[in-house]
Amino acid sequence: MSNPTHAPMRTPLGRVRGLGSARSGTEHFFVQRLTALANLILTVAFIIIVISLAGASYAETRAMLGNPFVAVIILLTLLSVSIHMRIGMQVVIEDYVHAEGLKVLLIIANTFFTTAIALAGAFAVLKISLGG
Amino acid sequence: MADSPSRVERPLSPHLQIYKPLFTMMMSIVHRITGVGLYFGMVIFVWWLLAAAGSPDGFATFSSVAGSFIGYIVLFGLTWALLHHAIGGIRHFIWDMIHGFGPQERELLAKATLAGSVVLTLVVWAIGLALKA
Repeated sequence: MSNPTHAPMRTPLGRVRGLGSARSGTEHFFVQRLTALANLILTVAFIIIVISLAGASYAETRAMLGNPFVAVIILLTLLSVSIHMRIGMQVVIEDYVHAEGLKVLLIIANTFFTTAIALAGAFAVLKISLGG
Repeated sequence: MADSPSRVERPLSPHLQIYKPLFTMMMSIVHRITGVGLYFGMVIFVWWLLAAAGSPDGFATFSSVAGSFIGYIVLFGLTWALLHHAIGGIRHFIWDMIHGFGPQERELLAKATLAGSVVLTLVVWAIGLALKA
């Protein structure tokens, strides 16, 4: 624009195929809805599991979480929820934090936190299930 | 980057403090707040899983904190946040299908979200406390 002799060589289609300047295109928009649908289904099962364990003892809780069906539901929940919360928090950070360095730091911290949540939860479930 | 224009000062759209608070607007804000609350609430869920995977002592610590008065208040709040965010998500799906944008429809959807989340929270806790007793 400022330099007409140096017009961009990439066509608009080329830019879109390269997923635009953010390099991700509509991926976040779509994945946020995909995981929202998964969360909706998994939340119903999750609430039933948690309700049935209200006030349960150590042994009862381990027996329930060690059930393969329950373990898989919780692993799926951790996967879907951690992706959903990572994208959601990134939107919040991008909306309110305008200092570039702090914004990047917080987005990195967000990725670390959500990954740690998913991995720690999954490790706990697998440890109970696989006999630890 | 080679073909991106340099950063220009563009006018900002009016922000929150410009508008009179509307019910639908408050519900939109609450959707975001419940999402952020659930984000940090996941720490409690993972603590529960790790406690169950660990020693009986660690699990007893979790149980006493979760079963305390403050624990109940936090868990009750998280239950409501989860249900409100989930029903709010259904509202977003309806919008994604290009429905529910009319003046009456959006008011109705917002009211249904709030009422539904409160009622469902009470139902979930009534069942949970009945099972526990």
